[in-house]
Amino acid sequence: MSDTTIKVALIGNPNTGKTSLFNHLTGLNQKVGNYPGITVDKKTGTTKLSKTQKAIILDLPGTYSLNASSADEKIAIDILDNPENVNYPNVAVIVTDVEQLKRNLLIFTQVKDLEIPTILVINMADQMKSKGISIDIPQLEADLKTKIVVSSSKQKTGIDSLKEAILNYDTLSTERCIPAEKIKQNTITDSTLLTSLSALELKKVQHHEAIVRYQLINEALKKSYKVDRSKASDTQAKLDRIFTHKFFGYLIFALLLLLIFQVIFEWSSVPMDFIDESFASLAEWTKEVLPTGMFTDLLADGIITGLGGVVIFIPQIAFLFLFIAILEESGYMSRVVFLMDKVMRRFGMSGKSVVPLISGAACAIPAIMATRNIESWKERLITILVTPFITCSARLPVYAILISLIIPNDRVFWFFNWQGITLMLLYLIGFAIALLSAYILHKTLKIKSKSYFVVELPNYKVPLFKNVIYTVVEKTKTFVFEAGKIILAISIILWVLASVGVNDTFKNAETIVAESIEKNGFNEIQKVALENKISRYKESLVAEFTTNEKSYTQLQLLDSIASKTLEFRNALIEDEVAGMRLENSVLGVIGKGIEPVIQPLGYDWKIGIALVSSFAAREVFIGTLATIYSVGSESDDEEGNTIKAKMESEVYASSGKKVFTFATGISLLLFYAFAMQCMSTLAIVKRETKSWKWPMIQLGAMTVIAYVAGLIAYQFLK
Amino acid sequence: MTVADLQKGEKAIILDFPVDSIPLKLIEMGCLPGNEIALVQTTLFNGPLFLTINDSNIAIRRSTAAQIQIEKVI
Repeated sequence: MSDTTIKVALIGNPNTGKTSLFNHLTGLNQKVGNYPGITVDKKTGTTKLSKTQKAIILDLPGTYSLNASSADEKIAIDILDNPENVNYPNVAVIVTDVEQLKRNLLIFTQVKDLEIPTILVINMADQMKSKGISIDIPQLEADLKTKIVVSSSKQKTGIDSLKEAILNYDTLSTERCIPAEKIKQNTITDSTLLTSLSALELKKVQHHEAIVRYQLINEALKKSYKVDRSKASDTQAKLDRIFTHKFFGYLIFALLLLLIFQVIFEWSSVPMDFIDESFASLAEWTKEVLPTGMFTDLLADGIITGLGGVVIFIPQIAFLFLFIAILEESGYMSRVVFLMDKVMRRFGMSGKSVVPLISGAACAIPAIMATRNIESWKERLITILVTPFITCSARLPVYAILISLIIPNDRVFWFFNWQGITLMLLYLIGFAIALLSAYILHKTLKIKSKSYFVVELPNYKVPLFKNVIYTVVEKTKTFVFEAGKIILAISIILWVLASVGVNDTFKNAETIVAESIEKNGFNEIQKVALENKISRYKESLVAEFTTNEKSYTQLQLLDSIASKTLEFRNALIEDEVAGMRLENSVLGVIGKGIEPVIQPLGYDWKIGIALVSSFAAREVFIGTLATIYSVGSESDDEEGNTIKAKMESEVYASSGKKVFTFATGISLLLFYAFAMQCMSTLAIVKRETKSWKWPMIQLGAMTVIAYVAGLIAYQFLK
Repeated sequence: MTVADLQKGEKAIILDFPVDSIPLKLIEMGCLPGNEIALVQTTLFNGPLFLTINDSNIAIRRSTAAQIQIEKVI
């Protein structure tokens, strides 16, 4: 970036269309980062003002003022009041909503009084006609000593005028709106006041400042801002009469939630099947192309299968974020916050906790970040602590495979089946335990924090496609990269642990197995598996023979069966060798080590390894089992080699009994429903609560609950 | 009387409130003496109040509303 690039800061209240304007200006040339040391997202983008002039645009978080009462506001002040700051802008652009102009102008006068060249954007101009609003722009420009651009994000008007105004920023006035002497104690420019004044004195000073500023704003608007109420339509009020109705409001919300989840499952199934198949064939292809060996197994079974386990969530996550984005953009979500506040307060949370709890159904990470706007620390903390109980998409593949293993796919009633009902129950259990823990925390946590609740209910509007899509892409991308990194790391660690032996048995596994088979032959289970495979192969050959696709002589037929039989035998021996190696590897020793702890829950040491590695991320479970069950084995294209089939045929070596019984399955389902198995979530909780105390409490408590639930379930059902 | 005493659809003018117990955000949004306030919608079980203050729709809890002194507009 050259020195001549103009730096622009975009400032404004929430719900003014600031983000739409940012999207229009920068298109896809934007990036989201973090301000060093704090949790405020830093959004920047570039735009071309003319053929030769570029501008870098900083989208500051939406705030109502510069009064430094939140992290968002402190960031804005740090940047705007300090010409030394690298982000200090050449020009500030204040975005306002034409309907809320009075309130939106408060922050404008605050920025203007910092003597930065300032442009006032009056956005959402498309609403003026229907609301009967008229503005005398030259008059208002004179009163506020600024340049005004009228724009509409919806109709994409005013963007060029804004670019032109930014290009000519050095002609803008830097004169204050309010002379300095009128506000004696200015907490924005004199940051020492923030520490020297008592909280009450500070608030009184800020209160006084707001009064002075509103006087100026009221006088200015009286001259130039006219609303013809007779022309205003009252669609908004009519909508609110329905959506915030004492009774129908709740009904509509409940139906909407139901519909959303129904649609997510419905719409996601096709792309998810597609992703599943694509990754399966990619893994297969890798095995075909690369030479057999440990590295190929790592790539195919560990990394590709593991990444497939992440990518498969994309449809569900993207659809859920899509719906949340639409609900937020349309203004409906803040009505839900309003409706739910009283209910949530019984559980020690705020109406604003609804958004994180719903987002938690996609992923706890963005959900926990969405708690930032909860004013009361206690309500916010409780929300953060219980959100990971909500069934997130990372649990779904684990649920899906276990349910399909242990629950019959029989239909009950007309359109329900037991598998679907089990899944629904798991969602409800997650939600119930979240509320229950919230209630307990509410009663036991001794935190005094003022329980404020102020929420703006913006006007309803049709969501802008571009904004919604950008949000969805952004959030989904973050999730995939975060989870992807962990899966990759875990796969490699597991692979290394599984390929390092601890004794001679590991080294000599091949000879030991060969000798034992020569002496005793295959065991019963292996014999059955071998026979099945051979008879299936025969059938396929006969089918080809009869349909005349190919013609074989009887001799050829026998020959090919014989060679295939040898192949199957070798594969079985290889499996046996791999199993012995695994048992005597570092990973196996670890697994055996934890076996006594998890045995009462009905798990063997292989599940134990999957369980332990799942503490990094739940979705690792399947990849790990895939790695463990197939290390070394020659998975060919037979359906008998899917991970589900492998789990199904997994038996205890000692007794020949199935590992994944109904009791073990239910125990595992409950364990995954309750346990805190997500490093990224713990990291986010640490960041948001600024200490390791809360994530550690969360990890400990959730693991204990999960263990106890798994134990009770297994002991009762076995 | 206070905002918590308003009936649905009624309008009033803000007279006064204790600065220390009213959230600053509400003040910034224009909840200041002399401005108009109206009750739009209530919720079940004495939940928050949906108000119009200074032409903006804002919801606050009843406990906060009970501290804002008002004069009803007839």
